[in-house]
Amino acid sequence: MALYSEKVMDHFRNPRNVGVIENADGVGEVGNPVCGDIMKIYLKINDDQIIDDVKFETFGCGSAIASSSMATELIKGKPLDEALKLTNKAVTEALDGLPAHKLHCSVLAEEAIKKAVKDYYDKNGIEYDESKFPKDHDCEHCCGV
Amino acid sequence: MNIYADNAATTKLSKSVINEMVYYMENVNGNPSSLYETGQKAKEALEDARQRVANILNCEAREIYFTSGGSESDNQAIISAARIGEKKGKKHIISTAFEHHAVLHTLKKLEKEGFEITLLDVHEEGVVTPKQVEDAIRDDTALVTIMYANNEIGTIQPIKEIGEICRKKGVLFHSDAVQAVGHIKVDVQKDNVDMLSVSAHKFHGPKGCGILYAKRNIVLTNIIEGGAQERGKRAGTENIPGIMGMTKALEEAVASIDENAQHIIPLRDKLIDGLNSISYSELNGDRYKRVPATVNFCFEGIEGESLLLLLDDKGIAVSSGSACTSGSLDPSHVLLAIGRPHEVAHGSLRISLGDDITEEEIDYIIKSVKEVVEYLRNMSPFWKDLMSGKRQHVFAE
Ligand SMILES: Cc1ncc(COP(=O)(O)O)c(C=O)c1O
Repeated sequence: MALYSEKVMDHFRNPRNVGVIENADGVGEVGNPVCGDIMKIYLKINDDQIIDDVKFETFGCGSAIASSSMATELIKGKPLDEALKLTNKAVTEALDGLPAHKLHCSVLAEEAIKKAVKDYYDKNGIEYDESKFPKDHDCEHCCGV
Repeated sequence: MNIYADNAATTKLSKSVINEMVYYMENVNGNPSSLYETGQKAKEALEDARQRVANILNCEAREIYFTSGGSESDNQAIISAARIGEKKGKKHIISTAFEHHAVLHTLKKLEKEGFEITLLDVHEEGVVTPKQVEDAIRDDTALVTIMYANNEIGTIQPIKEIGEICRKKGVLFHSDAVQAVGHIKVDVQKDNVDMLSVSAHKFHGPKGCGILYAKRNIVLTNIIEGGAQERGKRAGTENIPGIMGMTKALEEAVASIDENAQHIIPLRDKLIDGLNSISYSELNGDRYKRVPATVNFCFEGIEGESLLLLLDDKGIAVSSGSACTSGSLDPSHVLLAIGRPHEVAHGSLRISLGDDITEEEIDYIIKSVKEVVEYLRNMSPFWKDLMSGKRQHVFAE
């Protein structure tokens, strides 16, 4: 059996929505170099609170790149409240699964999107329920540094 | 182009080794412990192999034990020395921080039993000094175990000099020579080693076959209990096709050490220079004190697994020491041991060349690595932060 599903390899080899949005309405970055993965999501949001465009940059392994790519596909053109409902499980399922020790890559994708949305809310003075967003944790504990 | 450049992980069987193994599978099926003719034929083959291996390592046939590979040999050597030591109240073992896990995990097990383990620093060059060993030896030191050549970065240790010190101090000395035998000259007399581990699949022999050399005065402790095979020290009906294939492979590899080195070293050096030309990259381990075929680099701003997978798409099989490839959260303990910070160790690449590597292939590897590193850096927010000065570079440009 291959390390990754065909879907993962497809999104890794041909990642969708790679790049930067200049003057993005919301930007979210999670992860850190010590742990070996960083994801950064850029959102362009229109007046109807719909994600017009989304781009990502990722430093990480095959599944980190594939998870970012898939996550951006899943939220592109969607209303913000729908994007906020995106779970790491949905990303994993859309990729036809990830190896157990790679599941955190899909978690990073979910968190990066939430963080970008939060950034948009913050910039625009929109009120939101803090508890619905992941805490800004530093993940240094996971690397034993 | 298809290039297998992960020969430190394993090598492919040579045709003559396959032929040798098939011959013994087809023609010599007896159990070497049986007294009738087919059994005795197998026994003769086994003892012939033992003598031929002994000739190559420069020891006596009775000092050669056939095992299931490098891991078993490492385990048995270390456990045996520990048992010998503890009888005399010696419960201290010296090793290095960048040994193979077959050594490190065995040492961990002994530590839980009450042994004290000193892991020597291997410095940025990936080389331990004889002086460090000398300074670390105590009255209660039972064993010094230091690898001949490192499996990830390829650096060669001053085994002969360390062995000399151990002899002088009366301490047992074991070396994991899995990455050395068949690639550089190893001679247990000249190298002053008491025990040595060898694995067949690193020199075009079969997997699951290895050798433990143990000097005749060393009483080994069994790892595998059972029948009286291997002078009672390693039970189990002998893997005759494997042992014969391994012996053939060893003879072939040792006979071509000089020729291979002459061919590979200039190409390896070209590879090192080529990869060095990539900005913010560095060779891991001393440039010169290394086995001919192994090259290991760190590239800032990218992660090794994605690098490896994209190189695979280009037909190049290599490995990486990133956390994602080690299956743990930490990157390679070897790269950490030579002082690479986590964020750089994640971006590592090991290329271990085959004997038949060509200059054209080297050019293709250099070109491909450059392309993939650049591609991954372009999508890496970490790389952008390094370039914008938001994060600090570890390497010079
Ligand atoms: C330095 C070193 N020691 C030990 C081993 C284990 O050898 P084997 O795979 O034969 O058990 C290896 C190979 O992975 C190695 O490179």
